[in-house]
Amino acid sequence: MSDSAPVLMKKDFVSDQEVRWCPGCGDYAILSAVQQVFPTLGIPRENFVVVSGIGCSSRFPYYVNTYGFHGIHGRAPSIATGVKIANPELSVWIATGDGDALSIGGNHLIHTIRRNVDLNILLFDNRIYGLTKGQYSPTSEYGKKTKSTPFGSVDRPFNPLSLALGANASFVARSVDVFAPHLKETLLDAHNHKGTAFVQIFQNCNIFNDHAFDEFREKQLRDDNVLVLKHGEPMIFGKNRDRGIRLVGCRHPEVVELGDGITEKDLLVHDETASVAYATMLAHMEPPEYPMPLGVIRRVEAPSLERAIQDQLQEVTDLKGPGKLEELIYAGDIWTVS
Amino acid sequence: MEAPAKSKPPARSVEKLERVVIRFAGDSGDGMQLTGSQFTATTAAVGNDLATLPDYPAEIRAPVGTLAGVSGYQINFSSEDIFTPGDAPDVLVAMNPAALKTNLRDLRPNGLLIVNTDAFKKSDLKKAGYEVNPLEDGTLDGYRTIPVELTRLTRTALLETGLPTRAVDRCKNFFALGMMYYLYNRTLDVSMNWIEEKFSDKPDIVQANQLALKAGYAFCEATEVFQTTYEVPAARLAPGTYRNVNGNQALALGFVAASMKSGLPLFQGSYPITPASEILHELSGYKNYGVVTFQAEDEISAIGATIGAAFAGKLGITTTSGPGLSLKQEFLGLAVMVELPIVVVNVQRGGPSTGLPTKTEQSDLLQAMFGRHSESPCIVLAARSPADCFDTAFEASRLALTHMTPVIVLTDGFLANGAEPWRLPDLEALGRIEAPFRTDPEGFQPYARDPKTLVRPWAIPGTPGLEHRVGGLEKAEGSGNVSYDSVNHERMIHIRERKVDAVADDIPLAEPTGDSQGKLLVLGWGSTFGAINGAVRRARADGLDVSMVHLRHLNPFPRNLEELMKRFERILVPENNTGQLAFLIQGRFLQEVTRLNKVQGQPFKESEILDAITEIAQG
Repeated sequence: MSDSAPVLMKKDFVSDQEVRWCPGCGDYAILSAVQQVFPTLGIPRENFVVVSGIGCSSRFPYYVNTYGFHGIHGRAPSIATGVKIANPELSVWIATGDGDALSIGGNHLIHTIRRNVDLNILLFDNRIYGLTKGQYSPTSEYGKKTKSTPFGSVDRPFNPLSLALGANASFVARSVDVFAPHLKETLLDAHNHKGTAFVQIFQNCNIFNDHAFDEFREKQLRDDNVLVLKHGEPMIFGKNRDRGIRLVGCRHPEVVELGDGITEKDLLVHDETASVAYATMLAHMEPPEYPMPLGVIRRVEAPSLERAIQDQLQEVTDLKGPGKLEELIYAGDIWTVS
Repeated sequence: MEAPAKSKPPARSVEKLERVVIRFAGDSGDGMQLTGSQFTATTAAVGNDLATLPDYPAEIRAPVGTLAGVSGYQINFSSEDIFTPGDAPDVLVAMNPAALKTNLRDLRPNGLLIVNTDAFKKSDLKKAGYEVNPLEDGTLDGYRTIPVELTRLTRTALLETGLPTRAVDRCKNFFALGMMYYLYNRTLDVSMNWIEEKFSDKPDIVQANQLALKAGYAFCEATEVFQTTYEVPAARLAPGTYRNVNGNQALALGFVAASMKSGLPLFQGSYPITPASEILHELSGYKNYGVVTFQAEDEISAIGATIGAAFAGKLGITTTSGPGLSLKQEFLGLAVMVELPIVVVNVQRGGPSTGLPTKTEQSDLLQAMFGRHSESPCIVLAARSPADCFDTAFEASRLALTHMTPVIVLTDGFLANGAEPWRLPDLEALGRIEAPFRTDPEGFQPYARDPKTLVRPWAIPGTPGLEHRVGGLEKAEGSGNVSYDSVNHERMIHIRERKVDAVADDIPLAEPTGDSQGKLLVLGWGSTFGAINGAVRRARADGLDVSMVHLRHLNPFPRNLEELMKRFERILVPENNTGQLAFLIQGRFLQEVTRLNKVQGQPFKESEILDAITEIAQG
């Protein structure tokens, strides 16, 4: 960060490439949110790198006027890991989809999260394969009829946040494409986290899976179906903020109506730093039984890979002194023939 | 430590030899690799030229005493130049019946055979599939057999240590090593010092191994088990400073050298695979040289991270073996498309699939050339000897960085594990490597090219004003923007091809060894160099009209290769595959060649190539 850095605006992050998503695609909203958040981070434009895999969402880098790398299917976390280790000063963002991240790229995703590389992973989850024109994805619901499942899908879906938590994610959050203020706040939280920030964004594909998220995307429905989590605050939701989440025993969450002897004090208070088990419980709360939790589900401090690598390089160099080629080659049992 | 050599009685005769081949063979748990590498270290220290062939099973511990569990280590050492680990051993040390059974056929007639008779009990014989004890049934007629109670003698020698029998028995390889040092009038110093350093935190093990080593030596002295001992004088190697090195070590050092000469920190992404893992082990120790090693979750991620590091301006390398290269090929296609410099090392092994993972083969040349989807040319290089791995790694890095394109380096299990004296390079003469970095935003286009080399600029993240996007989609010439234009696509295909072809202007012409024309040219690549070179020398000494060219650059070929081949009546192409270079030569140049192929997981013997040369040259 330089003190004399020019003030950046959204337009500075708009590339000269024509955006080619379908009209009405949720990706537009996410792109706009990212282009609004980037200039506020105090990072020079040249220090951003956006990396992606393959799929509709993976066209993202072409539209952001930073350094960008459109990779191959599922492998964005690998490329981004190399970039971040090579230069920890860079702010590295991954745009990926449910097929890209969770199916073909599942292995890279969990290992990147496990290593806690300081990357921001934006999962555009539309629960469908869009670019290949409408096959079910690893987040498609059981029984879903798609082009490749005319009689309904018999695959059980992943819960992406639970998967990330299973890999001991240090930051896990969820937002929705069209909730602009919430999405921007979540992106900012992801940026501020030192380590892998995994953000699931419900994103509507209006061509192949339209209305998939209506119950918490549509204005008239969302308040009753969404629980916006805030650290240290009781879990209250509903249009009239009259419902909440209470823990039965120490294991089972239940939805309760406030009043009739039940007060805010009886409700679960969100703690971003609590155990993986707690965060996983939240990750698995889904409609219709529960409201869909949004916001930061887990945020804990943990050493990041690229920092640990740099620290170790420094430690060994302090111990042994900076390596000299001569000493490396002319080493061991050497002998001279004259 | 004082070597007992000084007090040796002068009565016994000492015979001078020019060269000797010894093979140590035993169970995987008998420490044969250690014994062999110790003999090698001592041999290097006395100044012999040498070449080694470690040969071990894929299983870490196959059932004890079985044929599958036999591990061997062959060393050829000489007072003259040598190029191979030797054809037939002069001496075989067999620690058990299984080792005897699998190795005896290689021992030369009247060769010296040292057997641990304590390991020839009925049950041992059964495990090796012997019905009758081969020590007693005439199997060993025709060899000079020295039966030694290695186990019992080691136990006796180590009685004073009070160590449990299991620990004592593990020292018997040092007893055998001590015998070999006596037989070849070698100093014990190198191994004595090594033991002391290696086990510095276990003084009882130091004492035990040193006792066993000295006991083996003293046993020979006292019993006159060998009527004659031998001496192989130091070789007249070219003047210079030497160290003993295997291919994987030399390769690692070559990359560090390239990193320092280019000023770019080295990034290695890798996933463990035999026989390439040692490169990762080596490089992970060089942190004070700025080397970052990333052990990825799989082969794919290893190259993906390497490409990411290259995008960010590092010298990116990834190291693997054949099956791993298959997994990396999709990413290699991306590297071709985005035109970033990476080096991919393939330490070839026997295949297909898991094949013979610990054995050597040269069967990935066509995979390196054509294993990717679509038209995606890479530079392909091959190393010819363990020490040459250093130069090949350096050359690969230079070509990748200056031509902005992926380079595949082919070595193999034979080079990776085989050792030879390495004449250390003049580090000044290596020269600097200048990559085409771009920092000037004025008129910047990510896919604008140098008109001669067709190389595009390298603009790395963090450089103000050069923000741009790369990716797997086809690019418009110049701007690098996504382009679906069909004519542009064809043009870009040809540009990428011509760019790699233009590398031929930046590599040396092929230089024949021998004559520049004649009856027979032996054309080789990779680890067959030693056997071919030895065979061609012997054939020429016999007056045969034969010359050789050994290729380091396999794509593109040296500019003069076609013209050079036309000056010979016949071309012989020996390969440890079914004819992959031959296929390329025939396809590229319509050049008729004679193939000589061996795919047994073992390198060529000099004699096998000499026989083929002789047949053609005299025919």
